[in-house]
This record gives sequence, C-alpha cells and structure tokens, in this order.
Amino acid sequence: MTKTAKLAFQDGTIYTGTAFGAHGEVQGEVCFNTSMTGYQEILTDPSYRGQMVTMTYPQIGNYGVNAEDVESHKPHLAGFIVRERSRLVSNFRADGALDDYLARYGVVGLEGIDTRALVRRIRIHGAMNGVLSTIDLDDVSLVSKARACPGLLGRDLVREVIPDKPIAWNEPLSPWTKLKEEIPQKVTVDAPHVVALDYGLKWNIARHLFSLGCRVTILPGTATADEVLAQKPDGVFLSNGPGDPEPLHYAQDCIRNLLGKKPIFGICLGHQLLALACGAKTYKLKFGHRGANQPVWNHDTKKVEITTQNHGFAVAPENLPPELEVTHKNLNDETVEGLRHKTHPAFSVQYHPEASAGPHDSHYLFEQFRAML
Amino acid sequence: MPRRTDIQKILLIGSGPIIIGQACEFDYSGTQACKALREEGYEVVLINSNPATIMTDPEMADRTYIEPLTWEMAAKVIERERPDALLPTLGGQTGLNLAMDLVRHGVLEKFKVELIGASAQAIEKAEARDQFKAAMQRIGLDVPHSQTVNSLDEGRQVLQEIGLPCVVRPSFTLGGTGSSIAYNREEFDVLVRRGLDLSPVRQVLLEESVLGWKEYEMEVMRDADDNVVIICSIENFDPMGVHTGDSITVAPAQTLTDKEYQRMRDASLAVIREIGVDTGGSNIQFAVHPKTGRMVVIEMNPRVSRSSALASKATGFPIAKIAAKLAVGYRLHELPNDITRETRACFEPTIDYVVVKVPRFAFEKFPEADPKLTTQMKSVGETMAIGRTFKEAFQKALRGLEVGSFGFGCDGKDLWGTPEQPSVDEVRSRLAVPGDQRVWHLRYALKYGMSLDEIYELTGIDPWFLENLQQLVEMEDQLREQGDLDRLDDAQLRRAKQFGFSDRQLAILLNTTEMDVRQRRKDRGILATFKAVDTCAAEFEAYTPYYYSTYEDEDETPPKKPGVRRVMILGGGPNRIGQGIEFDYCCCHASFALRELGIESIMVNSNPETVSTDYDTSDLLFFEPLTTEDVLNIFDRVQPDGVIVQFGGQTPLNLSRALANAGVPIVGTSVDTIEDAEDREKFAQLLGRLDLKQPANGIARNMAQARAEVAKIGFPVLVRPSFVLGGRAMEICYDSKQFEHFVAAAFVVAQGQPVLIDRFLEDATEVDVDAIADGRRVIVAGIMEHIEEAGVHSGDSACVLPAHSLHASVIDEIHRATVAMAEYLQVRGLMNVQFAVKREEGRRNVYVLEVNPRASRTVPFVSKATGMPLAKVAAKVMVGVSLADQGYTADPVPKSISVKESVFPFNKFLGVDIVLGPEMKSTGEVMGISDKLSIAFAKSQLAAGTLLPMQGQIFISVADRAKVNVAEVARLLEAMGYELIATKGTAERLIEAGVNVQAIKKIQEGHPNAIDMMIDGTLKLVFNTPRGKGARTDEGRIRAASVMHGIPCITTLQAAEAATRAMQALRETEMDVQAVQDRFPEYSRKQSSVVA
Repeated sequence: MTKTAKLAFQDGTIYTGTAFGAHGEVQGEVCFNTSMTGYQEILTDPSYRGQMVTMTYPQIGNYGVNAEDVESHKPHLAGFIVRERSRLVSNFRADGALDDYLARYGVVGLEGIDTRALVRRIRIHGAMNGVLSTIDLDDVSLVSKARACPGLLGRDLVREVIPDKPIAWNEPLSPWTKLKEEIPQKVTVDAPHVVALDYGLKWNIARHLFSLGCRVTILPGTATADEVLAQKPDGVFLSNGPGDPEPLHYAQDCIRNLLGKKPIFGICLGHQLLALACGAKTYKLKFGHRGANQPVWNHDTKKVEITTQNHGFAVAPENLPPELEVTHKNLNDETVEGLRHKTHPAFSVQYHPEASAGPHDSHYLFEQFRAML
Repeated sequence: MPRRTDIQKILLIGSGPIIIGQACEFDYSGTQACKALREEGYEVVLINSNPATIMTDPEMADRTYIEPLTWEMAAKVIERERPDALLPTLGGQTGLNLAMDLVRHGVLEKFKVELIGASAQAIEKAEARDQFKAAMQRIGLDVPHSQTVNSLDEGRQVLQEIGLPCVVRPSFTLGGTGSSIAYNREEFDVLVRRGLDLSPVRQVLLEESVLGWKEYEMEVMRDADDNVVIICSIENFDPMGVHTGDSITVAPAQTLTDKEYQRMRDASLAVIREIGVDTGGSNIQFAVHPKTGRMVVIEMNPRVSRSSALASKATGFPIAKIAAKLAVGYRLHELPNDITRETRACFEPTIDYVVVKVPRFAFEKFPEADPKLTTQMKSVGETMAIGRTFKEAFQKALRGLEVGSFGFGCDGKDLWGTPEQPSVDEVRSRLAVPGDQRVWHLRYALKYGMSLDEIYELTGIDPWFLENLQQLVEMEDQLREQGDLDRLDDAQLRRAKQFGFSDRQLAILLNTTEMDVRQRRKDRGILATFKAVDTCAAEFEAYTPYYYSTYEDEDETPPKKPGVRRVMILGGGPNRIGQGIEFDYCCCHASFALRELGIESIMVNSNPETVSTDYDTSDLLFFEPLTTEDVLNIFDRVQPDGVIVQFGGQTPLNLSRALANAGVPIVGTSVDTIEDAEDREKFAQLLGRLDLKQPANGIARNMAQARAEVAKIGFPVLVRPSFVLGGRAMEICYDSKQFEHFVAAAFVVAQGQPVLIDRFLEDATEVDVDAIADGRRVIVAGIMEHIEEAGVHSGDSACVLPAHSLHASVIDEIHRATVAMAEYLQVRGLMNVQFAVKREEGRRNVYVLEVNPRASRTVPFVSKATGMPLAKVAAKVMVGVSLADQGYTADPVPKSISVKESVFPFNKFLGVDIVLGPEMKSTGEVMGISDKLSIAFAKSQLAAGTLLPMQGQIFISVADRAKVNVAEVARLLEAMGYELIATKGTAERLIEAGVNVQAIKKIQEGHPNAIDMMIDGTLKLVFNTPRGKGARTDEGRIRAASVMHGIPCITTLQAAEAATRAMQALRETEMDVQAVQDRFPEYSRKQSSVVA
C-alpha cells in the first residue's frame, strides 16, 4: 500500500508524492544533486546534515546499496527526494535495497513528484527551507513549519556529525576505484602521520591518505591546535563538513594556530575554514554546487578537472588576504575553487578530489599533500 | 589556445551513400562541422558522393565536390584545391578509410596536407585489432583473452586459459565465415578441427566469449591540452552478441554504481590517451560480466560515430561541432555551451530523463536473409525517445518505430489473445535467439507469467530492464481489468500516461476510441507537459528550445510571440528502405525556408541520426514519435498557424487525415487532394478529363476477382497490395502460375485491403518528374529518365537528368501532362509524377503510372542537378510566397548531366538474390556529374562501389528476351579487349552474332564455372539479366556469389549498355572533378548571403 508524503516549501509550494524509506517528518534546506550515479555515497556524506537532497536523475535505486560504497557509518541527510525509486535491485555488488536502507536510518523519502520543476524552482528562487512529512498532510500547517525552519546560516551543524573520540584509520581505497590491481603502499610505523580534523569527513579522503602510505588519525573537528600537535603529525588535513563555516570559530582558531607549523590540506568546509582562518570571507551561494560534473580550471597546469562538488557556501574572491592566492576557479561561474598560502605550506580546494561519487580527475592533490609531508 | 592561424583551408570527407551502418548521422556531423569551421573563418572544401545530404548543399561549404569517394578522386580535389588540412573523423568509417588511403598513397604528403583531429598512427592503432589489443594491455586494461593456434592440441591447452564458451574463428576466411561458439569440450574439438580445415593457413583464433555480458558505450571528447570529458554513457538493453546498432540502447547507464561507472570513465580516458586521438570525439565499447563485474574493452572508434550522434541528441551536447572546433586548436574550456550560454563546453552533461533508442529492421524486404541478430549490423534505421522514466521512453520509442505498434503491445496489433498467439515454447525460442521480433516476445513471456529469472537466463537482458517491462504488463492487466474508461480514476489515468501508454493502447484496453481517451484526458487536465533537453538537468537556464513530452506538473515551452507566425514541420521518423535521408533533407529545407521568412519553424521528428533533429535547425525542436496523439499534443501546446505534412515522406501523410479532422491547419496541397491522388477511381477520372493514359488496371478483393481482372487486362501484369509503401510484395507476373502465387502473397501483405493489378508495360522507359505549383504557375523542375526499364522500383533504378534519349515530343507531352495534373489537383507545393514511355505501333505513348502531391525521394537530387532548391521553394509557396515572388518563372535548365545511382545492402545479407524488381531494396544513393552522360554514369558507378574494370574477364548471361540486344554490348566489350565468358545459351547466341566468347559450365554442371573464376579473381564483372528470381537458382547463386566476392554484378540490360559506354568513355577521357559552386555560381552566392 503506498503512503502519501508531502513536501512544503517556505514559499508555499507543496509537492505531493509517495513516501518511501522512513516515515515521519523532517525539515531542512532543500537542495539538488545532479550526479547521475552515486546516491549511496551522497546519502552517507555528512556534509548533507540539515538538508534534504533531490536527485535530478529520475531513476534512483537501480543498483541498490552495498556495504562498501559508504562515506560514513550512516546517512546524514534528513530527506531524500527522487522521481522514481527502483522496485528491483540489479547489481552484482548489491546487498540491499534503497527503501530498506533509508528506513533503517530514519531518512524520509519522497518519490513520484516533478523533481525537475522542483529543481527549477530552487534554481530560479534560490535554496529554500522545506518540511517533508508522512504524518502531517495539512498544507497550511506544513508551510508554516517550513517558514519556521531555522535554515543553515549561522548554525553549527558540524557538532552533530563528528566522532566523539580519535580514530586510527586503516581502510584502503576500494579495488573498484582502480583500473588494475595495485599493491597498496605499506603503512609502517614510521610512515608520515596525518591528523585529519573531522568536521563531517568523507571516508574516501581517509582511504586516499591511507592508500598513499600515510598513517591517519582522525580527530573530532572540535580539537584544539594543541590537541592536534600532541599527535605529532607530519601534516594536518581539514575535512569537508556540513553547513556554514562562519560560526565555527573553534575550528578557525585551531587552524590559525597550526598554520606554518604543519603542512595543511583542506577540502570543501576545510577549505572555507582555512580561508576564514587567514582572514578571507565566505558567503552563501544562491543554490550551491552539488554534482559530479563541475569543471574547474587549474591555474598552474592550465587544465580542466571535472570535479565532484557539494557546497552551499564559498570563499569570497574580493578582499582576499594577500597571503592567499587562488589556484583553481570554477569554469561555470568563476567562483573560487582552490587556494594556496603564499608563505606557509597550506592549500585547499572547494571541490572533492576524493570523488566518491564522481570523477577521479583530481586525485593528484592527495599526492601533492603527501609530497609535502 | 585560440584557433589555429597557420591553416586556412580544410578538407572534409563525407560518408557517401546511406548504407547499413552509415546513415544520416554523418550528414548531421558533417553539416555541423562545415558550419563550425566556417563560423571560424576557415574555407571548407567538402567531398561527398551523396546528393541527398544537407552538407552537400552549395551554401554549406565553400567548395563542394559531389564526387566518388575514392582516393584517386579525392586526390584530384586535393590537387585542385590545395587544402592545408584534412579532418577525417567526421565522415564515418568511409571518411576514415579514405583518409588512410590518401596517406598510404602519399597524396597528403605530396600536397602537404596535414591530418587534423586524429593522426594516421592513432587511427591505425585503434583500427588494427592486434595493435589495439596490445595497446590496451600496455595500459593495464582487460580485453577478451584470445590466441591463435595451429593444431587441436595447442587449442586444448589455450582453452584452459580462455575457458568455455569459446569463440573459434578460422583465420583468413572470407567475411569471417566459419566462426562459431563452442559451449563444451566436445563442440570445441569439432569446431577447432573444422576451423583448421576451413582456414587456408590452418590456423584458428580462439577467443574468450563475452556473449551475454552487459554492454556499455562511452562517448569521450579530448582537446589538444589533454582535457578529456565524457559526454554520455550508454547501456545496451540487448547484451553482448548483438551489434550495438541493432540493440535497443539506453542512456545514461542504468545499473552501474558510481564506483563501477567511474572505473569505466577512467578506462575511457586511458584508452583515448593511449590511442592518441589528438582532439575530438571517440566512442569506446565495454563489456561487463554481470556476476563478477569484470570489465573488458571491446573496441574504440577514433571518430564521430552513430553513437555520438545518438549521444548528441540524448544530451544536447553537439559532439561533431565541438570536435570540429577542437581540431582547429580550440580547447574545450574556450568554447561556450550553446545551450546554457553562460557555461563552457568543458563539462560532462548530466541528464534528468531517460533516452531509449530502438533499431528498425527491413527483413521483410529480404525474406531469404538470416534474421538472426549478430555482431554484424542489419538494421536500416532507428528511433529515439525521451521520457522521465525508462518505461515512458521505452513505450514512446516503440510507437516511434512506426511498425504499427503504439507501445509495448496491447495496441490492437500484437498477437496476444489472437489465434496466432505464439506458444510458450515458441516464445522461449524467440527469446533465446536475438531477432527483430524479440522485443514483442518479451511481453508475451511476461504475459505467460514467465519469471524474470527465466527471461534473464534466456536473453541476458538485465533484470532491471525486465522488471520495468513487467511493471508495464502489470499496468496493462490492471487497465484491462477496469475495461471501461468511466471506471478509471484520474490518478490511474495519469499514472498510465506516465508509464508511456498511448491513447491508442488505452482505448484498446478500455474498450473505447483513441479520441475519447484524448477528450477525457483533456477534460481532466491530464495533459502532456514538455521539458527541455538542456545538458545540465536544469542547473542553468537553457536557451536552446529542444523539448520532449512527459506527464509532469510543469511545462517549459515558450509562449507564442505576438505577431510571429509559427509553422510546424512533421519529419519522417526512423529511416527505412523507401523513406530515408531524402525526406529529412526536405524537412530541413522547409525549416530553413520558414526561418528566412521570419516564421518560427517547429520541427517534430524521432530520428536521432538526422540534421532535422539538430537543435539549431529549427526554432523549436520536439523530439517525439510521429503519431496522431503525439503531434496533437504538441499542436495543442504550441498552437502553430500551419502544419507541413508534405516533406516527411509517408509518415506525416498517414497522419494528415486525422490531424485535419482534429482541426489542424495543414498548409499546402489539401488533404483531400493527397487522398484523391491515391484513390484509384478518382485518379482514373482525372486522367480521363485531362486526356491522359494509364496502363489497363483493376482492383481485386479476392482471388476470383483477381482472375477475372487479369483476363481483361492480359499478361504481363504488375500485382501489388494497396496502401503499402516501397513496393512491398509488388511483383511482375508473366503467366497465370506466377499470378496465382504472387496475388495470394499480396493478399497476405494487404491485410484486408484490396490488391491492385496493372498491365505491366514491358520494355517501357520510366520517367520521374518533380514539379512545384503555387496555384498560378507550375515549374517542372526535373524530368528524369530511368536507366533501367519500367518495372524496377523508381527508388532502385539509376536515372539521368536531363532525360537523355526521349524525343522532344515526348518531353513536351510529359511537361503538358505534369502541368495539367498539378493545376487540376490544385497542388500547392511539390508534386512527383511517374510516367512510362512505350513505343507502340510506331507511336511513342506516354502513360501516367502514379502521381504523388508531396516531396519525393528525388527532390534533393533534382536540386543538386539544377541548382534550384526545390524543397525550400516549395515550403515558401506553402506559406504563401508565390513562385514569381521568389524569382522563379521558368523551368530550371541543368548545365551538366547528372546520374543518380542506387546503393544496396546486399553485402549485409549474404546469400540473398540481388535481382531488382518492383519492390524497393536500396538504402541510399549517389550522384555522378559530368558534361558527358557516359562519364557521369561511370562516376555514379564508382561512387556506388561498382568498380568498372579496365580489363579482364566479363561474364555474360542474359534472359532470352535480352539476347538480341546483348550482342551489341558484347561486340563493344570484345573490341575494348575484355575476355567474354558465357554459359551455353548466351554463348551460342553471341557466337551466332559473331562475337568471340568462351563457353563455361553452369554451376550445377560442375567446374570450371563462374564462381570458380570469381574465387580465382580473374572475373571482373558480371552482366546477368534474370530469367527467374531466387537465391537457389543457378543465376541466383552467381549473383549472390558476386556480392560475396565483391565483384560488380549488373542485372539489367539497360544498365549493362550504360556501363559499356562508360567503360568506353573511361578509356578516352579521364574523370574530372568540379565544385558545385562553379556549376551554379549565382545560386551559391544568393544562398550564402542568406546563411550569413
């Protein structure tokens, strides 16, 4: 028996479709992701905390879910919106169906709506808060809840997704990410030690570092510089994570105190935090970049990388502190995609070189970081 | 890096005639390339032998050579034009092969022409199997294991590595004969032994079988800075074993996780880099084991391909245009994405819909051909459909196929529930062996309740696809259970529409009419919405108006601009024999004409290969099936002021009555007139009034009537079913035995419609006429004289413009008749008439065979021969601009002699008899132009691949009727020094006539016979006019063998005469090349100003 679910926007728009996954009521910023593959990686990406994700590709769930293709221990987003969920799972690696997976982790799903109309609404009017419910189907009530929804600006969502204690990472990249079988580099006790500050870290980042022969220790993103340095790291990695970087003063302070002491590499939120720590400003994009086809121009190589992105905030190119230089830019809208510190060994990118989901064009950045250690 | 400035003039090679495997897609890519390069200020030189292409229009390139695509002719063009560069990657395999020939013969080196896009080494590496395999292994990519062996023992050892099933291919056999798959050790031993025997070098290639693996394609683009992007991934519905051109294919890939997809992406990037395609598009094929995920590379096309055309249409990304710009030095990020304008071409398109392509076959034309689908392509066309789900796109594609189905069955056309319903065993066997009917049997299997697992085991089709089909069948069953439109609630009706069910299917399931379903939908607001194809899943605003229909909430079509007229053009749908590129050419011209007049043009078509479905051909493009329902849905939404049905062949004409009844304003010749011309009685009345003759004829509804009619008419007669296209089941009968047989067959094909019987005019000359009328004036644009006698389908015969042997009085009579009929029928636009001229009792009688008030297959040929753009002129007439206002007050006078020759797919259907008859079998055409008829004919033969020999043996075998005339041909051939061979009957006749000829045995009489000489390679040409048809007759076997051995075989006396004169002329004169622009300087100037 199908169950109705409704999604209400703060602007009064209502989308009525069929519920799947968990039942209940969730709220958050509604965004869209244009990647045609990789829904499981997207679901488990902690950066989506506080958001509901609409997949632009209409047929989702075709290949099911499996135990390997995860970016954290569970899905973090609040709601998942698709045009049509597959009734059958067809993939040799699958060990479950999307519906059950979402139900198990309390993610409310909505299918059967005109997702393209929803995406166009967001594109034209900007990101919007919404409420998705299988319980309350009263339009007026839902819209008023959507209007009361706190949104992302100024909120610290990082604390909701970070681990509570340090973790020693020891999982390599999936063999499915390689064209030929490679013997992974041995990680020995004297291997370079990377401390990854976890603001909502995607596991593929840790897998990359580990597969490059690094010893990886994951610390909660609330760690102080002293706590980081106590680990005697050879380098510090700043992870991705959810929401607005601006209110995360503890993280900015920590980074400021590490700058110049250890090589630093930041991705996404980590990139924004590094910029803020250096005195740059960040701002909220109209509807963000979420997908696996964003072209990025590398000023050094004069080449284009097709990148995975997931961000709603960006570093402002104006009034950039003089010690920072832009290394990468987005070819579509010219936004800042990469920064380098002119005097300290620190660099960062807005996009996701760890891919997952997405293309592998930018793996070289991990090697670049490895070389700095 | 901006564009290169060290080159100014670029040579492009087209792909020649439409053949199986190379169709309109290369006109599409070539036309885009011409436009892209000229936009950059380069001078473009083009060579292509196919007149029915948009690219060979004089305004498309600066210098256009409609010449045979041989390296010798290309060398002449190069010598004359001295281009700086040659871009070989946009003209299909033909273009690539020709470029490589030019390299091998040192032509490019001699004239310092640079290959751009792909180097000769890269092409070689991608094309040569062993080099490709080695290259893949170098970069660590998996390929199917294979090894050659010279003995069974060796084979058994190799088998341990390769495993079963194993493909056994004898080395160096013709056309790969003797290849088979061994499924067990016993079979393996047998096949290897047999293979070793078959192979002239006692060697077999053992190859790992990837049959039944999942098949994928990746469309890749690379620029000179090594930026590489994937434009589209394609997953084949039919697994490995069926050629991708014959497979149902789906974009994007449906059943790969991101990990597996990215791995394939990495492999694609590695392949294009290793092969070294400098710039442009390539297509790479992969097979993936369904249980283990093992991925192997199958092959790579280092050029724009059929799949890239599909990928372009599927995503909105113009691969050929970008490939052309990359070849002249641009980098991907320097080029704008035309669709979004604000973003760059350097990205990977993402789509928010599902695309399904379905191939169209023509096995009914070749009943002797093996209809099994294999790794050699056999389909003649394709249709593509876009929907928000696979289910919707799949059903749209099936109705877009135009084979009488309106979706996945339950449309009143399928066999389920009829006495012919296949048994469950029959269904199983049809599933196990891929064929053109397999898709329908998938439904029967589901209706029988066969499990998805069982269907998967039989077909290898991914369960994800099968389950979607099951959903369709479940929906069908639910609807059938309701059985009544009134009992269906709105939600159900809407859901059925979202599943792609057509109104026609719903009408059958709900026991009502299509129009009632439509009305109910409209009453309840269940309307088609149109969404844009925008390359970016709505992330950016789109400016290119390319749409598809679906049943969603939001519609994105732009509102009508006040004061601007809108006219809709209905295209021709998938290519088929009898309806192909010629009609697409006409539709494109209609669109160009409308835009020149400031009228918004709206194109509707479902063929992804074509120029008409390019996003910048029209102001609005609707990629939709051509059915009444789909066209009316668009009509309701965009409210055009007029609809053109004359240009897309039979497809739009078949819809015209229903559209007119629904209130659609058809512009040009009225629907009544179109129907009158097809109505036998009305047609006879018309001829009577105008004092015109037609052959004696009659109509029969049963065998008894047929016998009575033929008694009145007298033999020989032409028998055909009515309302059937392309001469299907049309036969000439000389006696009552043949008559009984073929009339019975015609009744089967006619499906309840009557059979037509006409007196067949023997030894008559057939004439085709294209004319344009505007209500005040009739322009007779071209009078074409056929080379083959009447009785060979006009689409299959060669023809000459201007008529070369007709008496002036005959021309006058044809002219008068054409004008009179156009006036009488009140034609507004194009009209085509077929005449037969027969000498009877000393008089030259002109008979009217057929009148069609619509665009004909010869429109592009006449346009190229005369310089008058017929389709464009006609389109303007249809929207109210008179011929006089367009500057046309007199018939055009051709300045040269043009010959059109047809091209046949016989080499794809080996063993089939190649005799020409009233049923059309050709897939394409070429054009030869010269001041001399003989040379023009010679060029047309060369362009069609008929290599007229300069020396060697010629085999002559003619029917008794032709024996008198053949003596003259034989005498000429002997005089030129050819060695003549004949079987007894013909030989005796020739010797009597004083010709020196060597008599040989018939095939069944033993050796040496003609086939032995073909194998030896001494026999260079076959003249054989048939006594009877059929691949099992002696002469049928000779004809079939000539196809297999690539030896030209001419099957009519008229063509033999023309060929003989051509061979004579070739001894005296060299074939010269001339640019179209030099032939029609005024026209080219006038047109190029319009384009600019």
